[in-house]
Amino acid sequence: MAKVVVVTSGKGGVGKTTTTAALGAALAQSGQNVCVVDFDVGLRNLDLVMGAERRVVYDFINVIQGNAKLSQALIRDKRVGTLSLLAASQTRDKDALTEKGVARIMTELRDKFDYVICDSPAGIERGALLAMRHADTAVIVTNPEISSVRDSDRIVGLLDSKTEKAEKDEQIDKHVLLARYDAGRAARSEMLGIDDVLEILSLPLLGVIPESQDVLRASNLGSPVTVSNPASSPARAYADAARRLTGETITMTIPAERRNLFGLLFGGRAA
Amino acid sequence: MSFFGMFKRSSAGSAPVARERLQVLLAHERTVSSESDLVVVLREEILAVIARRVKVEFDNVNVRMDCGETVSTLTVDIEIPGAPPAMLLAANG
Repeated sequence: MAKVVVVTSGKGGVGKTTTTAALGAALAQSGQNVCVVDFDVGLRNLDLVMGAERRVVYDFINVIQGNAKLSQALIRDKRVGTLSLLAASQTRDKDALTEKGVARIMTELRDKFDYVICDSPAGIERGALLAMRHADTAVIVTNPEISSVRDSDRIVGLLDSKTEKAEKDEQIDKHVLLARYDAGRAARSEMLGIDDVLEILSLPLLGVIPESQDVLRASNLGSPVTVSNPASSPARAYADAARRLTGETITMTIPAERRNLFGLLFGGRAA
Repeated sequence: MSFFGMFKRSSAGSAPVARERLQVLLAHERTVSSESDLVVVLREEILAVIARRVKVEFDNVNVRMDCGETVSTLTVDIEIPGAPPAMLLAANG
């Protein structure tokens, strides 16, 4: 039974695309058949973060408009064989993403894959609503920062009213993924802590991704962080989050600080 | 100790402020957003009824929901341009 997951946030720049790529790759690395879908029509980036930007021939909208078959538009990852990408269109009109067309393709994707992970655009407009529309589970990417938490709260309201599940009076599964977390700054009360964010949003925690240069490095290389550097702390945090998504119970480890003064002095890498 | 203590006080501790501001804001926004859909629907339907009899400007209509602990009130404020009550009654007749 395929599961549709939306990676959403309201606010831009919090790490939705990075998370989609990393969670998708982590699930695929564990043997699941995964498709990551970019819903950000006009501003697609998932292809770039996944390193497939030169392989996009047909996109989501070509398939909706019947100019290509779904199988022609799916791009199979060269590193992880069970991972596929459906790219968003870069140039066309946003209205081309129709509700009917999206519904049809989501049904087809459900047949082909174990997990369909939808990368939502920022905001609360049409694209974001279509990305969450068919989801069974929502991963709400939040940074420990007030504007991000506020927007996450807004998204929770939409997940509870505008999704197919909500309209059938069913509960959509919602999780917070706290990204760009700096344990040291939180400990010094300079940054909202994990408990603060969870209490305010009253949602379960899927994982805590540390602020880390490995994340930027991975996107520079065009490779999900779980593939480019599986031993790094963000990759391990994403791998754990992916396992929790499949229903496993895994103890939450709070990632350590980034390289601190001690680490710099002695040349050690922070875990 | 006093030197480090001073340093710490001046640079740290903004997270509790953030937390409190968020809690106050979201408590407000959650009630507003759950009702805003209802208020929008009410506004349209009430206007449609009024507009059948009287000419009203959409911009001069204010529909507001105030929530109390046990009772909430709905205030509908419609500005009717120029027409004295007698004419309204005549229009109805």
